[in-house]
Amino acid sequence: MTRPIAALNFLLTLAVTFLGLLAITFLIGRVVPIDPVLAVVGDRASTETYEAARLQMGLDDPLIVQFVRYVWQVVQGDLGMSVSTGRAVSEDLARVFPATLEMATLGIIIGVGFGVPMGVFAAARQGKWVDQLIRVIGLAGYAIPAFWLGLVGLVIFYANLRWVGGPGRIDLFLDGMVEPRSGLLLIDSVIGRNWEAFRSALSHIILPATILGFFALAYIARMTRSFMLEQLSQEYITTARVKGVPERLILWRHAFRPIWMQLITVIGLSYAGLLEGSVMIETVFSWPGIGNYLTTALLNADMNAVLGATLVIGAVFVGINKGSDALYRLLDPRARA
Amino acid sequence: MTTRSWLLSDDPETRMQARLGQFYRLARALLRNPLAMIGLGIIVLLLLVAAFAPWLAPYSAVQGDLANRLQPPSAAHWMGTDELGRDILSRVIFGARITLMIVLLVAVVAAPLGLLIGTVAGYFGGWIDRILMGLTDIFLSLPRLIMALAFVAALGPGIENAVIAIAITAWPVYARIARAEVLTFRNAEFLDAVRVQGASSARIITLHVMPLCMSSTIVRVTLDMAGIILTAAGLGFLGLGAQPPLPEWGAMISRGRSFILDQWWVATMPGFAIVIVSLGFCLFGDGLRDILDPKQRARG
Repeated sequence: MTRPIAALNFLLTLAVTFLGLLAITFLIGRVVPIDPVLAVVGDRASTETYEAARLQMGLDDPLIVQFVRYVWQVVQGDLGMSVSTGRAVSEDLARVFPATLEMATLGIIIGVGFGVPMGVFAAARQGKWVDQLIRVIGLAGYAIPAFWLGLVGLVIFYANLRWVGGPGRIDLFLDGMVEPRSGLLLIDSVIGRNWEAFRSALSHIILPATILGFFALAYIARMTRSFMLEQLSQEYITTARVKGVPERLILWRHAFRPIWMQLITVIGLSYAGLLEGSVMIETVFSWPGIGNYLTTALLNADMNAVLGATLVIGAVFVGINKGSDALYRLLDPRARA
Repeated sequence: MTTRSWLLSDDPETRMQARLGQFYRLARALLRNPLAMIGLGIIVLLLLVAAFAPWLAPYSAVQGDLANRLQPPSAAHWMGTDELGRDILSRVIFGARITLMIVLLVAVVAAPLGLLIGTVAGYFGGWIDRILMGLTDIFLSLPRLIMALAFVAALGPGIENAVIAIAITAWPVYARIARAEVLTFRNAEFLDAVRVQGASSARIITLHVMPLCMSSTIVRVTLDMAGIILTAAGLGFLGLGAQPPLPEWGAMISRGRSFILDQWWVATMPGFAIVIVSLGFCLFGDGLRDILDPKQRARG
């Protein structure tokens, strides 16, 4: 495929996937047992008021017309009003998203920072303890519920050892003391040179981010290991060994270099997974992010907020996945063949 | 002729002999894989515990003793008691039934659905394939947990709805796998032979195509079990799955959250059950994959 056609193809797939996502949230919004008209007019409204509101909301139009209208509203950034906060859902989401972004980003940094070297060493010393360790971590990543690990972590590192801050983003007495610029507390407190706030924010974020990072690490290390094993069995590696190239150089310069592009897709997939996984972790740590917003809305049957949050998480998830995939295709000549 | 050589015969006389022989080889390969056997052991243990829960549980799972509330683990209550004085071990034992039921229901709904969509798409090809796989790809690229949450939000909390929501998000993987499998033999002569005999498409798909996709689907379902258990527990934890007083493990952890700092055992004990059971399915699934589907082995 030539590049313009590939790009067009990519955009088309992306558009279709987004439309699919919109169709699902739209249909979910239709089947809920909550009457959207009653939510607006209240249950003591007369039949006439009810009918008028129904017509005004366009609920008598054919489904397809309603869907097109829905897509148009979403494209314009209108996700409706939240019943529980009384604000526009898009406004709410913009406020809570940075908290999730901060935690997931720190999580992926931890996951990549530990996962990639571990995978490389495991491949280099196949069957040795690093290799076994990765296997155990990989299994644990599949079998341990994130929310439970979060609770256990709180018991050990917060309640007993007192190494980390507890739930929330920052100590209560520092709440609101950092001037929001990016919405990311760690960065904002550095900009404002508020070191006390920085330390507090760090002590609060480190445990949930490490737990998220652990799940990313489990996947990244396993994939790195299997990519590396593939490279290390190639003949050019044998040639390099015969020529007497030091093992360290063989590992990092000869074998690792061709695989880092493949890792982009893996890292993208785990990053998107962390945004999703943060839903559970945020509930455990009372982290005021999009996951917490979603679960609170779920329990309050606040449908606009639920669907808005679903839409945003879904769109970011799809965007990161497809984006990293496209980046890989762009960077790696082998994938273009 | 010994039973063993009859089972391993290269030219079986009946279909049953061939099947039994295949089964025998599978069982022997499994026996040689210690990790898979541990996994199988855990699954069998789960089945036994679920089947004999009323006899195994030392106390009632729903009836509490308020005088004994929030007792730490002891000889009388191995896992301690919860805020209503109920024995946590007994609740974990009864919870095995719920977990098993959820996993089975999801597998029974999602696997045949995925299998059907995948085989139909692969067998017919053309625009049917494009539409079905386009749909599958859309579902595949969406975050599963979030979609399950949204579906439960629409359907209302409860264990049945949790099962439906998880199944809706689980089928696309099976469809993809089944389709890939069908593509490898869709032009094979044995299908032409049945077609020439006048078999309808429905008959060919259900009797000749689907059985060949079974083993890869079963492997995938087993590997997915852990994920299904975690999602179901997660829904329970968020209060959207099984409702109290049902002793569902995720919901139990959620109840224990309020006392996590002082009475750690209430929330942590059911978690161990989740971890062990998920691990069992992971190990067994890995072993099955190595035996039934060696192609996938290289990719972790």
